[in-house]
Amino acid sequence: MIADFLNDPNFLPWLIPVGPLLGFLIIVLATNRSRWVPATDRHEYGGHHPDYNGMSVPVVAPASRVLSIVVGMSGSIAAFLIALAVVLRVSQVDFVFGEQIFGSAVEWLSVGIANFNMGVMVDPLTTIMLVMVPIAVLCIFIYSIGYMAHDPRQARFFALISLFAGAMLTLVVADNLLLLFVGWEIMGLCSYLLIGFWFEKESAYKAAIKAFTTTRVADVIMLLGIAYLYSVTGTLSFREILYNTEVLETLANTPAILIGGMSAAGLIGVFLIIGTIGKSAQFPLHVWLPDAMEGPTPVSAMIHAAAMVSAGVYAILRMYPLLEAGGHPHAGEFNSPLLLMAIVGGFTALFSATIAVAQNDVKKVLAYSTISQLGFMMAALGIGAFIAAAFHLITHAFFKALLFMASGSVIHAMEHGEHHVHEHAHGHHDDEDEDEHAHGHAAEAHHDDHAEHHEEHHDEAHSAPHFDPQDMMNMGGLAKRIPVTFYTFVIGGLSLAGFPLLTAGFWSKDEILADAWLGTTEGFGPHAFVFLMLATAAFLTAFYTARQLCLTFLGEPRTEEAKHAGLGGPSNVVSITMQLPLIILAVFAIIAGFVGVPPDFPIFGAIFSPEHNNFKYFVNETLPPAIQADAPAFNWFPVAVSFLVALGGLGLGYLMYGRKPLKAGEEDPLIKMLGPVHNVLKNKYFFDELYETIFIKPSQAVARAVSEFVDRGIIDGTLHTIGFVFRWIGDLLKMLNLWLIDGFGDGIPRLIGWTGLQVRRIQTGRVQQYLLLVAAAAVIIGLIFVVSAGTAAN
Amino acid sequence: MVIGGITPEALAFGFFTILTLGGALGVALNRNLVRGAVWLIVSLFGMAGLFVLLSAPFLAAVQVLVYIGAIGILFTFAVMLTRSMTNLRERFTNQWWISAIVAALFFLFLLLGVVVPVWGGLTPDQAPAVVGTTEQLGASFVDGNQFVLPFEVVSLLLTAAIIGAIVIARLHEEEE
Amino acid sequence: MVPLWMYLAVGAALFCIGTYTVLSRKNAIAILMGVELMLNAVNLNLVGFWRYQAPENMSGQAFAAFVLVIAAAEAAVGLAIIIAVYRSRRSVVVEDVDLLRW
Repeated sequence: MIADFLNDPNFLPWLIPVGPLLGFLIIVLATNRSRWVPATDRHEYGGHHPDYNGMSVPVVAPASRVLSIVVGMSGSIAAFLIALAVVLRVSQVDFVFGEQIFGSAVEWLSVGIANFNMGVMVDPLTTIMLVMVPIAVLCIFIYSIGYMAHDPRQARFFALISLFAGAMLTLVVADNLLLLFVGWEIMGLCSYLLIGFWFEKESAYKAAIKAFTTTRVADVIMLLGIAYLYSVTGTLSFREILYNTEVLETLANTPAILIGGMSAAGLIGVFLIIGTIGKSAQFPLHVWLPDAMEGPTPVSAMIHAAAMVSAGVYAILRMYPLLEAGGHPHAGEFNSPLLLMAIVGGFTALFSATIAVAQNDVKKVLAYSTISQLGFMMAALGIGAFIAAAFHLITHAFFKALLFMASGSVIHAMEHGEHHVHEHAHGHHDDEDEDEHAHGHAAEAHHDDHAEHHEEHHDEAHSAPHFDPQDMMNMGGLAKRIPVTFYTFVIGGLSLAGFPLLTAGFWSKDEILADAWLGTTEGFGPHAFVFLMLATAAFLTAFYTARQLCLTFLGEPRTEEAKHAGLGGPSNVVSITMQLPLIILAVFAIIAGFVGVPPDFPIFGAIFSPEHNNFKYFVNETLPPAIQADAPAFNWFPVAVSFLVALGGLGLGYLMYGRKPLKAGEEDPLIKMLGPVHNVLKNKYFFDELYETIFIKPSQAVARAVSEFVDRGIIDGTLHTIGFVFRWIGDLLKMLNLWLIDGFGDGIPRLIGWTGLQVRRIQTGRVQQYLLLVAAAAVIIGLIFVVSAGTAAN
Repeated sequence: MVIGGITPEALAFGFFTILTLGGALGVALNRNLVRGAVWLIVSLFGMAGLFVLLSAPFLAAVQVLVYIGAIGILFTFAVMLTRSMTNLRERFTNQWWISAIVAALFFLFLLLGVVVPVWGGLTPDQAPAVVGTTEQLGASFVDGNQFVLPFEVVSLLLTAAIIGAIVIARLHEEEE
Repeated sequence: MVPLWMYLAVGAALFCIGTYTVLSRKNAIAILMGVELMLNAVNLNLVGFWRYQAPENMSGQAFAAFVLVIAAAEAAVGLAIIIAVYRSRRSVVVEDVDLLRW
């Protein structure tokens, strides 16, 4: 019975998210034992906590921290193994559109005559996600062990990141939009909690709020789309909508409500895409993602590679048949969702690539590059290159997770160096001691680049007031200090830049460009737009990647800290757990591209795909036959463009930064070249400031006004107005009927005014008064019932 | 046996009603909370009597055991622990009169619904013969087709509530 | 034989007295007592209807029993919270417990 269950790929997907979710529960409920320590005890709290004199704060006990690591790891390993089993079973199946989809559903909610089924589904698109997500998650978990080794809130971290992984896996295996949305929202919550993980830093909790509210704006609109879809079709199941061409036809031919000239499918599609624009940080809702770097680096890797932003793209990949309904990009017919995706994606890709060129923070560069690469996927979807977008999603997840983790170890190494410099200033100057100190007190220096930490060292003259271990201008020459990180970083960077033929990034990017070019040759405007935008963005991508690599690793160390950077020796647990995932992912960042080589590509096609493009062949059956992409003939032009932009960008970057590496104190040559433009780029086109003035300040003002207004204005005002109106009516009556109701004329307004004064107590915020209102309402409604029943009876 | 046209059942009903409603009024109007708790017990006892009249002996027994034996005592303890029976100034909120009006109106409305009866008559006037027994009630609690799931869930809830109450109300030595 | 409406009327009266208690008393314990009265009124209704209209089906009584259990749980937790609040605020007057007020 159980063995049957475990062998049946129809039921197995249910178990995929269970491991991490269970891990979350167990860590939160069982292994999160804490001790109370005085808040002034900095050492216990890792120097993180602000001083609350005389108060105690909970600190997780060491045993609990170890246990939480064990539980979190087991959860993710379980998810990985089950996903692997599912993938192995599924990959042996020859899919045909609409058949052979694995999955099962349970009746979850009966609404009158309709049943709402919740279930899981595995089709080709799910399968490729099930390859990517568990691997990335597992690597992130391993990496987190080292990265969070000295954090006092480790247990919380593992709990949240397990929940994050569980939510992502839920989203991937969901068979209906509602369950997908559930996973989507849980991830939103987790991103809030994890970006604000070091909530003592103001920047961190502000970033958390920013990420949460920005994505929430989009999610509300997406929910509207989901609700509209349900109201039109009466179902949210992917099988019944996406694998049913009749439903899609109907949707494409139904005119939308309220908005003329759009089909229902188009409106729903636009709503869903807006959800993705928020989640995948596309322009104009991209502002949260760079700030999300405030979280711990494994979180950045999780959000920007494995989970959150991928989820956004996955959602539109999943809904692609619906988005495409009524349009036909391969024939040059575009409907509104496709155009929206093409324009937003193309624009975002170029827009954030330009910003990334001028960033100095090692993680910010990667953040903008993430936005840019997601723009690539959106644009690809907008021109109908479904396969290329899915392919790029997978390869990007691998190399971006790698890059983030590598940058995390760079930061870690820099902090190590920073700590060493402090030790040195204190007179400990023996390298053998270094590790012990670093780990004994690492807590003090850990992730703490602001004033709190420096209070301890405020007597040191040499200590910079604000050393930033993430600033690339402070690095240089790290290649010798952290070789493993260097090589893997280079592999990830080349993959991101699309280094020809060897890296995964090249193959997926090339496919997008090839598809765009194919449309351009047939004279379709959006294809041409996307091609131009993406080719330029790809060039910039290569350029800023080269810049980042050179600034970080080449030349001579530009600061004392960089001279002593390191991960604490090869045998150290931290350095093992932080470098192993890098190596795993580096392998994937190279080989992941070879599953999608076009068959008629010279030499490589013959080696890797003698029969057909494996990836395409597999994933294509997710789409209805009518919109499946036919294999474009090999065209030398886009390939040449890919070569040119990748090598040109890398070459230019190397010329500017690698040939003569920057010396300490030297300024970025870009500043001279670009002049004022550089300032604009460095400040991200001032979008944060713009939103601050357009949305945030006014909404805060409105909130303040409303709090004033509702309490003072509306409630008082209403009652006063009522009183006033009745008084006026009373006056009117008095004037009109003075001889009739002499007494009442004075009485009514006074009574009403007095009642108003009495009723004004409603707003005191006391529960009982609210209850009273409820009871009064119940009475009134009841009396209405009685009266209506009485009249009906007569 | 009929006394002046009144059946003993009706007599008993009147007696328990007076107990129930009198006790309730005592709870509502008494300024001394210890007395209030005692009045509550009186009211609950009347309710148990009404259950007996309605031939629900099991519920009557549970009413006495759980409500009077446990909850009544719990209330008394809480009153003692918070020492608020000495606090004679605090009695009614400023909205007591409007609450009274609302409650009276509500009663009126219910009475309309029950006595007039607005929504059709209540049939039957005479109760049918009792067929349900305590044994059946017990069986229905553990019958897979009836209430076994709610029964288990309620058991869990009760356990959780007890543990929760202990956790909430106990003194935290660490903080003291 | 007492007709059903009498039971219902008693239940209604009890419910309204409970409502009045909940709405008008300042003391949190008194409010909880009011809640108990309301729950009892509901129970009386349930059992009354069961007795007069569906005596062959035990669900009325079973439901009343569940209400009873939940009332007990609610009283236990509620009183625990009141005691905890009293320890920290030295008051059981609802209007004094306004930590979360704007």
